[in-house]
Amino acid sequence: MGPIAEEITRRLTDAFAPVTLTVSDDSAQHHGHAGHRPGGETHFSVALTAAAFAGKSRVERQRMVHAVLADLMDNPIHALALTVNAPV
Amino acid sequence: MSDSVLDRIQQIVGSNDVVLFMKGTPDFPQCGFSSRAVAILDRLGSGFASYNVLEDPELREGIKHFSQWPTIPQLYIKGEFVGGSDIMMEMFEAGELQAMLGAEA
Repeated sequence: MGPIAEEITRRLTDAFAPVTLTVSDDSAQHHGHAGHRPGGETHFSVALTAAAFAGKSRVERQRMVHAVLADLMDNPIHALALTVNAPV
Repeated sequence: MSDSVLDRIQQIVGSNDVVLFMKGTPDFPQCGFSSRAVAILDRLGSGFASYNVLEDPELREGIKHFSQWPTIPQLYIKGEFVGGSDIMMEMFEAGELQAMLGAEA
């Protein structure tokens, strides 16, 4: 895992104590596309499940995640696919 | 951030039932997420307005502030912020977008 993925993982873990969390670096699939940089770590998929999201709307859940990653959005994170759930 | 761009966005979302702020155009999306958003709306078959933020840097920054949402695409339905392509896909799969648009599932 690269340093950006590690930072994402650390922040989400600290903020939400998720019961499941996966952070995938999809950058290699975007080679040559806008926003791609040598070394990758530009395009991520993140899936997390945490009790903190219970009772929140989809928009509220993603806003909570965006807030934790705010200074990374745009640069270095060019693209972020999010799947945010509360435990069933 | 000028007030005029925020006023312009308010005008856009207020005067279109379904509007997508995207990178590129529905025929030529310039980003995988925008492409997916267009594909979902095409499946719903309701028609939609679209604005290409790549041709309008002021709109590109303005819509992020207006929606308090850092990424594009962004969908508005009947003046209400719906979300980006991940939320669109979740709502499409749950039949919720169809319900919002009054379309057949």
